[in-house]
Amino acid sequence: MVSPALFLQLPITTYQLPLTTYALDKEEANMANVATYPQAWKLKDESVRQRSVWGMAMQRFLRNRTATVGLIFLVLIFLIAAVPSLFAHFGRDEANFVDAWQGPSARYWFGTDALGRDVYTRILYGIQTSMLVGLTTQALLLVIGIGLGGLAGMAGGKTDFAIMRLVDVMAAFPQLLFTILLMATLGIGLRNIVIALVIPGWVSLCQITRAQILSLRETVFVQAAAMIGARPGHILRRHLLPNMIAPIIVNVSFSLPGIIMAEAGLSFLGAGIAKPRPSLGQMVAEGGQNITYYWHLALFPALVLALIILAFAYVADGLRDALDPSQTR
Amino acid sequence: MVRYIIWRILGVIGVLLAISLITFALMHSIPGGPWDELKMPLSGVQRENMLRSYGLDRPLWEQYALFIKNLVTFNLGYSFVHRSETVNEFFARAWPISAWLGIMTMLVAFPLGLLLGFIGAFRQNTWWDYAATTISLSGFVLPSFVLGLGTVLLFSIVLKWLPPGGWDSPKHWILPVFVNCLGPMGIIARYTRVALLEVLRSDYVRTARAKGLSERKVRLRHIFRNALNPVLAVAGPLVPVLITGSLFVETVFYIPGIGRYFAASVFQRDYPMIMAIVMLFCTLVGVVNLITDIFYLLADPRIRLTR
Repeated sequence: MVSPALFLQLPITTYQLPLTTYALDKEEANMANVATYPQAWKLKDESVRQRSVWGMAMQRFLRNRTATVGLIFLVLIFLIAAVPSLFAHFGRDEANFVDAWQGPSARYWFGTDALGRDVYTRILYGIQTSMLVGLTTQALLLVIGIGLGGLAGMAGGKTDFAIMRLVDVMAAFPQLLFTILLMATLGIGLRNIVIALVIPGWVSLCQITRAQILSLRETVFVQAAAMIGARPGHILRRHLLPNMIAPIIVNVSFSLPGIIMAEAGLSFLGAGIAKPRPSLGQMVAEGGQNITYYWHLALFPALVLALIILAFAYVADGLRDALDPSQTR
Repeated sequence: MVRYIIWRILGVIGVLLAISLITFALMHSIPGGPWDELKMPLSGVQRENMLRSYGLDRPLWEQYALFIKNLVTFNLGYSFVHRSETVNEFFARAWPISAWLGIMTMLVAFPLGLLLGFIGAFRQNTWWDYAATTISLSGFVLPSFVLGLGTVLLFSIVLKWLPPGGWDSPKHWILPVFVNCLGPMGIIARYTRVALLEVLRSDYVRTARAKGLSERKVRLRHIFRNALNPVLAVAGPLVPVLITGSLFVETVFYIPGIGRYFAASVFQRDYPMIMAIVMLFCTLVGVVNLITDIFYLLADPRIRLTR
């Protein structure tokens, strides 16, 4: 029999039968101890202790060594992106023309570029640029994608149809092409890159959200909640959102390095960040022009970019394995 | 089933129309004409004449209607930048190069990807698996221009084995194909590995082994065939990406293909070229997806029955 206390979520203690009233003797009283579910978890044996879904996911994630290493590296990267001046040796645009075109040395760790700027410092600020573009774009993508997807899933009918047609057209247009076209229309610069990346990018999040909502709407617990009179807002908050988050997290963890890669690629082509602001892609392009004699100009930005994206990829893989273990590893 | 195919074809046409509208609107929203105002300042009458000769002074909807008519008759117009040839001639020159690069890439990427996937699945969780997984992950995660410059640095400048660019002899093919194939190879390897792992644990394989089939027959008849299923689904959409040429690889290695001229034509506002490349690419994507879907419909009886 399932105790009604399970639904009431009251703190439950061990009920002891009073010796005088109900039990025949002390032994019977002890045997009649009724311990219900939270009490059971206070046992000394830890394996019986209750764990949350997120706790288990985090444990699975931490067991994955490459993902953990990637995460530590990413924390460092975020720190650099937040306060580059903490790690930088020179100013961002500080140009010492006398020292131009130098290779790596003790003073200039990664060498200097054509204008005598320290490549190491510029890479740090380039990381800041990449993270800025990545996080801003991803935040906007989340708002627009989940917003539209949620609207389509919850409203249904004509709204759903209209949004789905829009999604179809946007999905058929290759993303990179569309982004390049938009950059050509809008011009280069940080703000325009974010706009040009957001406009074709919200589609996948919208599709995921809508699919999740549609499938969750048919589940028993949501239908039960609706039956006993819960408002749509309550259902959304309490039942739908916690179950939708996992695929969204996985999508975000894969899309963030994609955004960084797209920004680097656009800057490589010359269609990205505007000149004085350093960008890893643009530094690689500049280095590529001079690769024969000044290989350090291209190598270090390229290496840093590659490491950042790899770290993201390992973390993303780890997150996916942790949150959705049904997929074979 | 024929109705479904017709419906899908109509869908592809509809989507292409929408895409052409969007591209057209975007291109014509950029102020200025197809020449550089600073380098070539024109007086009022000259501007009008130039615009009239290119047909740019007509109202927008008329330009669009004309464009659609031309598109259907395969008359893609004159390039504004490459002034000595029409867009058709430019495609005839550049597309074989991009297509050849794409075909070579697929020929290399497919077997290598399958191989990596097989190694990863059959030797799961050994260091073979970790190596294969790392290679395939790095392949498709790392940006191609990073890999391109890295290989140029290593093989052309340090080791001096291979030329760093151009497209004259087969020696020039090696590096671009290698860099270009790492992406698809990585994707194919990952999908193969996952599919294989699932198949290896499935009931029908166990049954086949239990009833006494030789391991070779089990592998050939059941494992290989069923693992190939999702791989083909992924490989279909990869093909048009490659055939139209990779933007970054062609830029890094100075290959005279379509990809390299696309970015240039966008910034020089070469409208006919831009429209033609975009429409070509989207048509290819749509057609290949359609063919893949139809192929799936014919090959997998489970899908046919649910239709």
